[in-house]
Amino acid sequence: MTVKEIIETLQLTLVGGGQGMDKEVTGAYTSDLLSDVMGNINEGNVWITLQTHKNVMAIASLRDASAVILVKGLQPDADMLEKANDEGIPVLVTELPAFEISGKLYQLLFK
Amino acid sequence: MDFIFNIEGGDFTNAGFASSEVKKILKKLNVDPKITRRVVVALYEAEVNVVAHAYRGVIHVDIDTDHIGIVLDDEGPGISSIEQAMQEGFSTASPKVREMGFGAGMGLPNISKNADVLNITSEVGKGTKVEIITYLKPQ
Repeated sequence: MTVKEIIETLQLTLVGGGQGMDKEVTGAYTSDLLSDVMGNINEGNVWITLQTHKNVMAIASLRDASAVILVKGLQPDADMLEKANDEGIPVLVTELPAFEISGKLYQLLFK
Repeated sequence: MDFIFNIEGGDFTNAGFASSEVKKILKKLNVDPKITRRVVVALYEAEVNVVAHAYRGVIHVDIDTDHIGIVLDDEGPGISSIEQAMQEGFSTASPKVREMGFGAGMGLPNISKNADVLNITSEVGKGTKVEIITYLKPQ
């Protein structure tokens, strides 16, 4: 499943990094601790978080995440958005909290 | 091949720059992605440690035929107990740094897990030197 298909199915809002919409999604990782994500996220995973600063994109890029989902309607900081566009990693926004969007994405990818 | 990067303490905007550059170089050199991942995770954590704790630092990256050697040399407060700093969950990061999602006490353990050799030497009030070696072939 691609990032684009996930956006359509889960009604997410694309706010940046749209060049990466065709990236293949291999799974997801939900965490707000950056070192936890750095150490444990896998290539192609979507990262679900409430962190909205530029360092999120540095880690997403270094670990080849397929996209970042911001929860609870949070918007990325301007420099995070800029880096998302530079790196071509989609940043998606959902109104749902982390538990609910993680559950929905799990159902979609693995059930 | 040798590369040098400078880090400014407190400059979170550019944290990860060296890691990103090293990742690009290793990709160009066709280094096994699993080894690249180990190098990048260890270097990123070490880079963030300098940004979060030190005043400034220099990173030397040496890419050789059989290993990648990284040395981070910083001017900063130093580490009073390296043994304590190595424990998962131990952190002296400021509340501001923790709010960003850093400072969970996972950085040094992440470096240790992803390095083949890790040497840390530190002098309180002067600075810290971190040496990370990753072998390109199984030893």
